[in-house]
Amino acid sequence: MSEMSENSVKQAIEMRLQEILNPDFLKVEDVSWQHAGHAGARPGGQSHFEVTIASNSLAKLSRVAAHRAVNQALAELLAGPIHALQITIKRD
Amino acid sequence: MLEDKIKERIGHNIASDDVVLFMKGTPVFPQCGFSAAVVGVLSHLGIKFSGVNVLDDDEIREGIKAYSDWPTIPQLYVKGEFIGGCDIIREMYETGELMEMLNTHGIDVNPQPMQA
Repeated sequence: MSEMSENSVKQAIEMRLQEILNPDFLKVEDVSWQHAGHAGARPGGQSHFEVTIASNSLAKLSRVAAHRAVNQALAELLAGPIHALQITIKRD
Repeated sequence: MLEDKIKERIGHNIASDDVVLFMKGTPVFPQCGFSAAVVGVLSHLGIKFSGVNVLDDDEIREGIKAYSDWPTIPQLYVKGEFIGGCDIIREMYETGELMEMLNTHGIDVNPQPMQA
């Protein structure tokens, strides 16, 4: 990826999750600044993310299966710009 | 596709102990905050476990992701069963499910007193 605007990875994550999991709640945060200077961190950030998501399709799944569904939705990004991804599945 | 040879090596690692953590660094010197967090939970519960340092071995580092169908490290196995990564272990610890799961698997748990 040669050109990366400031929020492009975050936006790509949001788009994929909206599209595939149709969430009732979705929050994506770029937390790269927390990891600045360590392995996997890039100068421009956009490497470490936190996803908090609530969706009917995820609520029915076990923890491992729900995380796999999120990871699968983001597979291309995980193979590319995302170095670390924290996932919280909200259930009520 | 995961080569049989690598699959076999990973299977051997998983079978080497009741509780096995694939991690970055070693239990004594974790080299990633997420690996360190899981080591912290396991140590706090006084659980005996083996760490597999994926940074030492590219075959295992990439292989374990395909093997577990899980794209990130750390990964915890208990009696050969994939339990999850850092977020799941933390969540299960907080809700008490981790203790429950370890008990049903017959793993000795000796919670350590909180350090000041």
